[in-house]
Amino acid sequence: MELRPILSAMRRNKVGAILIAVQMAVTLAILCNGLFIIEQRVASSKRLTGVDEANLFVLTNLWVGNPTDLAARLQADLAALRSVPGVVDAFATNSYPLSDGGSTDGVSLHPDQRDAMALSALYFTDEHGLQTLGLKLIAGRNFNPGEIVDKVGYTDVTPPPAVIITHALADKLFPGGNALGQSMYVEGEKHQTTIIGIVDRLQVPWVQAGGWGSKFNYNSMLEPFRYLDQYTIYLVRAKPGQLPAVMQATQKKLIEINRARVIEKVQPLTEARREAYRNDRGLAVILGVVCAALLLVTAFGIVGLTSYWVAQRRRQIGIRRALGATRNAIIRYFQTENLLIAAGGAALGVAMAIALNLWMVSSFEMERLHSIYAFAGAAVVLLLGQAAVLWPALRAASIPPALATRGV
Amino acid sequence: MFSYYFTLALRSLKRNVVLTLLMIAAIGVGIGASMTTLTVFRAMAGDPIPEKSTQLFAVQIDNWGPSKKTVVLGDEEHLQPQISYPDAIGFINAHAAPRQSAMYATGFALTPSNPQLLPFQVHARAAYTDFFRMFEVPFRFGGPWGAADDANRADVVVITRELNDKVFDGANSVGKMLNLDNHDYRVVGVMDQWQPIPKFYDLNNDKYGKSEQVFLPFTRAIAGEMSTWGNNNCAGDVGAPGWEGRLHSECIWIQFWAELPTAADVDRYRQFLNNYASDQQRSGRFNWRAHTRIRDARQWLAYRHAVADEVRILVLVSFSFLFVCLLNAMGLMLAKILGRAGDIGVRRALGANRRAIFSQCLIEAGVIGFAGGLLGLALTALGLVGLRVLLSEEVSRLTHFGLMDISIAILLAVFATILAGLYPTWRAAHVQPAWQLKAQ
Repeated sequence: MELRPILSAMRRNKVGAILIAVQMAVTLAILCNGLFIIEQRVASSKRLTGVDEANLFVLTNLWVGNPTDLAARLQADLAALRSVPGVVDAFATNSYPLSDGGSTDGVSLHPDQRDAMALSALYFTDEHGLQTLGLKLIAGRNFNPGEIVDKVGYTDVTPPPAVIITHALADKLFPGGNALGQSMYVEGEKHQTTIIGIVDRLQVPWVQAGGWGSKFNYNSMLEPFRYLDQYTIYLVRAKPGQLPAVMQATQKKLIEINRARVIEKVQPLTEARREAYRNDRGLAVILGVVCAALLLVTAFGIVGLTSYWVAQRRRQIGIRRALGATRNAIIRYFQTENLLIAAGGAALGVAMAIALNLWMVSSFEMERLHSIYAFAGAAVVLLLGQAAVLWPALRAASIPPALATRGV
Repeated sequence: MFSYYFTLALRSLKRNVVLTLLMIAAIGVGIGASMTTLTVFRAMAGDPIPEKSTQLFAVQIDNWGPSKKTVVLGDEEHLQPQISYPDAIGFINAHAAPRQSAMYATGFALTPSNPQLLPFQVHARAAYTDFFRMFEVPFRFGGPWGAADDANRADVVVITRELNDKVFDGANSVGKMLNLDNHDYRVVGVMDQWQPIPKFYDLNNDKYGKSEQVFLPFTRAIAGEMSTWGNNNCAGDVGAPGWEGRLHSECIWIQFWAELPTAADVDRYRQFLNNYASDQQRSGRFNWRAHTRIRDARQWLAYRHAVADEVRILVLVSFSFLFVCLLNAMGLMLAKILGRAGDIGVRRALGANRRAIFSQCLIEAGVIGFAGGLLGLALTALGLVGLRVLLSEEVSRLTHFGLMDISIAILLAVFATILAGLYPTWRAAHVQPAWQLKAQ
């Protein structure tokens, strides 16, 4: 295929070619960044919490007034919850995965370490926590009932006598892998505590992309606290398939024991997951729709302009056909023309995609674009151009050679 | 002349329906996408208190010093977004601003007087009396509590209209009692509809959410040891145990706002803050140089990134999309106008000057833009429904489409299309009549 006639024709039609090239470039820049964001958000929303989400639900409890017998009430509630048919186990806590609220503390290996070595989410629990959450203990042991101490509200600074930490936190503190049985310092308490167990995985409560938890996603620890506060969170694990029934029954049971309370939220963890990742999923869907619309608009633009070019060159095409050019040669002409424009657009687009990504990295919590996305985007845009030009090219090829003899 | 050109434009558009529809569709889709995101962006980035946003200042003071650097997330200036109780009281007692309030979020279990109803949870804000006049809170019944109530830690509350409707059936409840956590509080005021978006005075939680339902004196809340329901950060140093220990700790959990109407007030207040911090340094509480800052409401919203990253990304993407749509429309317009070069040549030969051709083509572009804008409006409405389905309830509250947005959409569509039409129009105006006539 001779490029020279195509180039000289394009030179006479600069603006149209530039319009298409720029459109393709912007499409490419948005497409690969859009797909990259979609991929990241989807991956983020699929991260595991490490707990048995399918069978867990949360029930929040706010006592009316500030009762002085919180410990007795908590004990009564927990006993009642555990006695409901269909309940595997239950415990009271300050926070739970996917809740987007909770406490963080710095953890270090020395009391005088100025900066914490790692941040960790804190989950308060009694000896029923592991079984309720369905956590996998990979080393050490569970708390025993004697280790559980009272923590009266968030201003109580009683130190935890022992902790169970996640594998991720253990690796961070003791890269040698010998965390079990070691002591560490919980910064808020400025107290030494012992690692008695390590669980496989337990996500922090904050999962928002670029949010508070994004820097220490699986650094969590369980502290043996009986949390005595006006506001308590109960986590209940039901036997498989019995969650809806158990959710109703437990709520009724608690109201029966004591009416002077507010149960604000009774929510399965699967629903908490949906809520926690709703904006991520929403963003992914919207970006997907915009990317599709963008491709469509660009494709129609190419169809429109190329059709116009075909119409403009009807006579020339007829003459070429009369002089012996085959239909395929005509189709190839338009395809090559589009390929040249698209290549220019793609080159510009890759540069724009990288620039856009760099800007987003600097102004949002975002990672660098993998080059695979730029290449894939370029390929998509080139194919799109070829597909869009096909119909006008076919129309051009169907121009009869006899046209050359008519007119003037 | 205009109406003649307008008729010509319509006739010309009718001649090539497919091309016309393609252009209208391109602009409509672009406007729809960009207006959908712009609506949410405008709501998020909006000024929640336009008449006073340059007079209201959030106060910051560094009470942690350089050593606790790592614990604060993403603050390049090393200033905490909230203040400690000792500083809140220090500022309040100094009376350095004409109006000022320390505040924090708390909450209660409310027991309705009707025994049939179960208790329910209400969010509350502990503040000083100046809160209401400072933030121009409208009242339906009664008004703010007095300064004496602040001093006396009085059992008084201001409630929202919504709560008043729920608990007192919308009647004037001033003087009535409200049972919060087994304690009676006297209602002194019922607010009228008041919902700053974003909730600029406390952006820690639920920043596009509803304002609190109950307001009570800060002093009363502290005396009642009402725990914070908002953000609390101790940077690893929780202080002594218990409520007293927490009050004397360097934990930050209180927001502080001052109203400074004039530039002189602002200067004076800056001076005061600096002196205050220096005093703390002298007294040995801070072993670092005074580091304080005040920001007005708008600066505060920018500083705290009130606009969600997701929305900023979407605005960026959708406006790039609009750009592509406009390039597209421009290409099609170019094709259309050059396809009519013959017509234009005839008109020019018959005496139409370039200006006439130019304005005729621009009017044609404007008509396309207007039609595209109408289509865009319909698509925006559809897009906002989509956002409501897809995004969280908090963001959904920002998807109201007002008259302002409608005018923006139409103007944007017409203006952008005319802009895109400038080059094709210019080309049309430069059609050589002689050439065209010859070619016929």
